[in-house]
Amino acid sequence: MWLFLGTEIMFFGGMFCAYLIYRIWYYNEFAAGSRSLDIYLGTTNTIVLICSSLTVAMSVRAAQMGKRGLVVILLILTLIFGLAFLGIKGVEWYDKYKEHHIPGSSFDASDLVRDYPQLHIDQSHEQIYFSLYFAMTGLHALHMIIGIGIFTYLLYHSWKGLYTPAYNTPVEIGGLYWHFVDIIWIYLFPLLYLIDRKPLR
Amino acid sequence: MSAAIFTMILIFAMRYRRRAGVQAEQIEGSTALEITWSVVPLGIFMVIFAWGAVIYFQERTPPRGANEVYVVAKQWMWKLEHEEGQREINELHVPVGRDVKLIMTSQDVIHSFYIPAFRIKQDVLPGRYTTAWFRATKPGVYHLFCAEYCGTQHSGMIGQIVVMEPAQYQAWLSGGTPSGSLAQNGETIFQQLGCPTCHRSDVQGRGPNLQGVFGKPVLLEDGRTLVADENYVRESILSPSAKVVKGFKPIMPVFQGLVSEEQLTALVAYIKSLSPVPNSASAAKPQESKD
Amino acid sequence: MATAAITAERENYLNKEYGIRSWLLTTDHKRIALLYLMGITFFFFIGGFFALLIRLELLTPAGDLVQADTYNKLFSMHGQVMVFFFLIPSIPAVLGNFLVPLMIGAKDLAFPRINLLSWYLYIIAGLIYIHCIVTGGVDTGWTFYTPLSTAFSNTKVIEAGLSIFVAGFSSILTGLNFVVTIHRMRAPGLTWSRLPLFIWAHYATSIIQLLGTPVLAITLVLVVFERAFHLGIFDPTRGGDPLLFQHLFWFYSHPAVYIMILPSMGVVAEIVPCFCRKRIFGYHAVALSSIAIAVFGFLVWAHHMFVAGISLYSAMIFSILSYLVAVPSAIKVFNWTATMYKGSISFSTPMLYAFGFIGLFTMGGLTGLFLAALGIDVHVTDTYFVIAHFHYIMVGGAVMGYLGGMHFWWPKISGRMYPEGWGRLAALIVFLGFNLTFFPQFILGYMGMPRRYWQYPPEFQVLNVLSTAGSTILAVGYILPMIYFLWSMRYGKIASDNPWGAAGLEWKTTSPPPTFNFEEEPVVTWEAYNYDEIPEPAEVPVEQ
Repeated sequence: MWLFLGTEIMFFGGMFCAYLIYRIWYYNEFAAGSRSLDIYLGTTNTIVLICSSLTVAMSVRAAQMGKRGLVVILLILTLIFGLAFLGIKGVEWYDKYKEHHIPGSSFDASDLVRDYPQLHIDQSHEQIYFSLYFAMTGLHALHMIIGIGIFTYLLYHSWKGLYTPAYNTPVEIGGLYWHFVDIIWIYLFPLLYLIDRKPLR
Repeated sequence: MSAAIFTMILIFAMRYRRRAGVQAEQIEGSTALEITWSVVPLGIFMVIFAWGAVIYFQERTPPRGANEVYVVAKQWMWKLEHEEGQREINELHVPVGRDVKLIMTSQDVIHSFYIPAFRIKQDVLPGRYTTAWFRATKPGVYHLFCAEYCGTQHSGMIGQIVVMEPAQYQAWLSGGTPSGSLAQNGETIFQQLGCPTCHRSDVQGRGPNLQGVFGKPVLLEDGRTLVADENYVRESILSPSAKVVKGFKPIMPVFQGLVSEEQLTALVAYIKSLSPVPNSASAAKPQESKD
Repeated sequence: MATAAITAERENYLNKEYGIRSWLLTTDHKRIALLYLMGITFFFFIGGFFALLIRLELLTPAGDLVQADTYNKLFSMHGQVMVFFFLIPSIPAVLGNFLVPLMIGAKDLAFPRINLLSWYLYIIAGLIYIHCIVTGGVDTGWTFYTPLSTAFSNTKVIEAGLSIFVAGFSSILTGLNFVVTIHRMRAPGLTWSRLPLFIWAHYATSIIQLLGTPVLAITLVLVVFERAFHLGIFDPTRGGDPLLFQHLFWFYSHPAVYIMILPSMGVVAEIVPCFCRKRIFGYHAVALSSIAIAVFGFLVWAHHMFVAGISLYSAMIFSILSYLVAVPSAIKVFNWTATMYKGSISFSTPMLYAFGFIGLFTMGGLTGLFLAALGIDVHVTDTYFVIAHFHYIMVGGAVMGYLGGMHFWWPKISGRMYPEGWGRLAALIVFLGFNLTFFPQFILGYMGMPRRYWQYPPEFQVLNVLSTAGSTILAVGYILPMIYFLWSMRYGKIASDNPWGAAGLEWKTTSPPPTFNFEEEPVVTWEAYNYDEIPEPAEVPVEQ
C-alpha cells in the first residue's frame, strides 16, 4: 500500500506541478479565483475530513484490540464524514455552476472582472484556474468515492466479525489509503482556498 | 568506440569459443578497471558536451544588426515577411554573407523551421516568438522543411531558401510592389488601433512612452526587471496586465482576438523601429562561417 | 537431469488443470505470463503490420499508397501500440512474471490476484485501443503534442488516451508486485548480493514504473479533459502553455525508455555468463548501474526538447545530465564484454541474440550521445536520425533481448527445446534485416529527412528503398520464431531441468515447473553465477 500511495503522490503531483506553475504566471487571476471559493465550506470540509481520519485511526486501534462493536461504529462514523464531505463539495460545485464558473462553453468570469477591476483579469487565465480547480477537486472526490467503497467493504466484514487482533491488516491498509486522501486534501485546501485571499491592491 | 567494442567482441568470440577440455577462467571483477572505464568515458563525454554546448550557445544567440525576417507558420504553409515589407509564402530570399534572424510564431499548432543545409532548426510555437539565425555562405537553393508533426499536410509544408548574390538580392527586393515596410505597416496599425492615445511620444501619457524601449531593461510593478524583447511586446499587446511597467496602472485594453499574427509582427517591427539599432550594413567582420 | 521418458507427463503448471476458466481465472504467475505472451505477441504483429505499411508507403517519394491522414494514423498507432502494448509489458510481464518468483525461490508473486488484475487491465486497455483503431484511429503522433492533440486533431484522441491510461495502471501494478516480491519473498540465504542480475534489472524497472507512469496518467487525464471540456491548460489561445505538456509528457516518457531497456539488459546479463561458462565480470557494478540508470533516467527528460523553446541554460543542464546517464550503460557493456574474456563461448541462439544486443545497443547508445550534444541535436532532432537511434535501442536492443530471453527460457516455460538450427538462422536474419532497415535511416536523418513525412523529396529515395527492403527481411526473421515455437510445443525435443547448464534457482526445478514452483523451498548457500561449480551441460544443444 505504501508503494501504491507513492504512485498516487506522483499522480497528483503532476497536477500540483501544473497548478503551481500557473499560479506563479497568472497570479492575479488565481488570487481572484481563490477568493471566489467559499472559505467557510472549505474549512468545514477540512474539519470533516480530519475528523474522519480520527475515526479511521481509532477504528484501526479498535480492530487491533478486537472490539468489534467499536470498529463498526467508528467505520460508520467515517462513512458519514466521508459522505458529508462529498455533500459539501457538491454544494460548492453547484455554487460554481450557478456563478458560471464551470469551464467550458458557458464559462463566464465577468463577475470577477467586475469585482476586482484593479486586477485586470484575463478570462482565459481565469478559466485555467477553474479548470485546475475542478480537475484537482474532482480527482480528489473520485478517490474519496473509492475510499467510501473500500470502507463499506471493511464495514461489512467487520460487522461479520472477520477482523481480530490476529488479523486486521485490511483495516490498517484501508486506513492508510484514507489518510492519504485526507493528506491530499490538506494540501489542496491551502493551495486552492487560502493563498492570497486578499488579491493584490 | 563501437568499432572498438565490436572488435573486442569478435576477437573474444573467436579466441574463447568453446573447445573440448578448455575451462573458463572465473574472474570476479576488477574495481580498478571499473573505475577506469567509468571515469575515462565520463571525461570524453564532458568534452563532447562542452563542444556541443559551445556550438549551441552560438546558435541560439543571434548577432546584433542581423536582417530580420518575421515568420508566421500555419497549417500547412510558411508565411514570411521581410522588414522591407516583401511577403513570401514557402520561400525565403536572402543575400549571401549576411546574418539573417528569424522571428517566428505559429497561428495554430507547433511547427518547426528546419533548414538542413544550414544546420538550424527551431520549433515555432503558438502564443510566443521563437528565434533562429543563420548566415548563408554559398548562393543556391536549399530545402526548408517543417520538422514538428503538425497534422495532415506536415510533409507538404516544405519550401526553399534562395540565397542570392547581394546585387541580385537588391534587385529582387525592389521588384514587386510591397505595400510599405513592415515597420511602416506597423505604424499604420498602431494609429488605427488608437495606441497613441495613451502611448504618447511627446508628454507622459497614461501608458509608457515607447521611444527607445525595445531592447532595454524594463522595471515592472512587482519589482522584476526584464529586457523588452519581441515576446514582451507581444504579450503586452495580447495580455497587458501580465507585466505592467512600474508607475503605471493596468488599464491597457486587451487585444487578444482583435489582432492577427501578421498585424502583431508588424506592430512588433514598428516598436523595434522606435529604438536605435546598430546597423551592420556589411558583413565585413570575419566571423566563422555557419556551415 | 531427468530423461525424456519421465518428464513428459509429470504434473506441471501447464497440465495441472485444463479449460479456459482455469486460465482466465488463474493466479499462477506462470500462466499469467503466458496470457501476457499471447497479448503482446498479438499487439507486436499489429504494430508490425502498421510498420510494414509505413515502409511500403515510403518506397516512393510521392504519397501514393495511402492518404496523408491515413499515413499519419499509421505512424501514430505504430508508435503507441509498440510502446505501450508491446515494449513496456514485454519482458517484465512475460519473462519477469514467469521468472521472478522462480529466481528468488518463491512460490508466486506477493500479490497473485493483483497480477491477474494487471493482465485484465492490459486486455481492457488493448480492447479499447483496438476499438479506437477500427473506428478511425488517432493521428497525433505517439507523443500527443498539444495543441494539435487537444484542439486541432479530429481523430480519436480521447479514446487512445484513455486506453493508454488503463494500460499504465497495468504497468504500475506489475511494478508494485515485483518490488514487494523481491523485498519480501526471497528464499533463505538469498541475499541481495546473490540475486541474479535479471532481478536487479526488474527491481530498477519497477521503481521507474511506480514513479513515472502516474505522471503520464495525469498528463493524459488533463489532455482528455482539455479536449472534452474545451479547457485551456495546454492551449495558448486559452491561456495555457504547450510546453507544459511536453515537460509533463517527457517526464514519464523518458524513464519509460529505461523501462523498456533495463529488463533486456537483465536478460543479457543472464545469457552471457551461461554461454561463456563464467561468472559475470563486475557483478556489483552491473547491479548498481541498473539502479543508477533508473535514478538518473528521471533527470534528463528535456533532452527531447532542445529545440522546443526551452531556455539556453536549462538545455545545457539537461545535456550534461544526459551524458551522466550514459555512463552506467557503458559500464554494463564493458562488463559483459569483459565476461567473454577467457570464457568458453558457445554460439547457441540465445547467445547470438545477446551478441546482437550488445553490438546494436552500443551503436544505438552511442548515437544517443550524438543526440545529447546540443549542437548536433539541433541538426538531427525530429529527423530519421532519431528514429534510427531509438529503433537501434528498442528493436536492436530490447526486442533482441526479449527474443534471446524467450529462447533461453523456452525449455523452462514449455518443457521443450526449440529447433536450434532454425533458431540460429532466425537470429541471423533478424540481425541482417534489422541493420539493413535502420542503418540507412541514420544517413537519411543526417541528410535532413524529417520524421513523420508521408512524402519526401526524391533525393532520399534510395536509402528509403534499402530500408524497406530490410524491413521485409526483418519481418521474416520475426515470423520464424512464432512458427517454430509453436511447432516445438508438440514436436520439440523434451527439455531436461537444465539444458543449458545455467546458474539460477529457476534451473533447479523441472521444465516446466510445477504450479508451486519448487518441491521444497530452496535454501541458497552459493553465490550467483557459480559457473565454476556447475558442470557444462552434457548435451550442448546441437543441430536438429
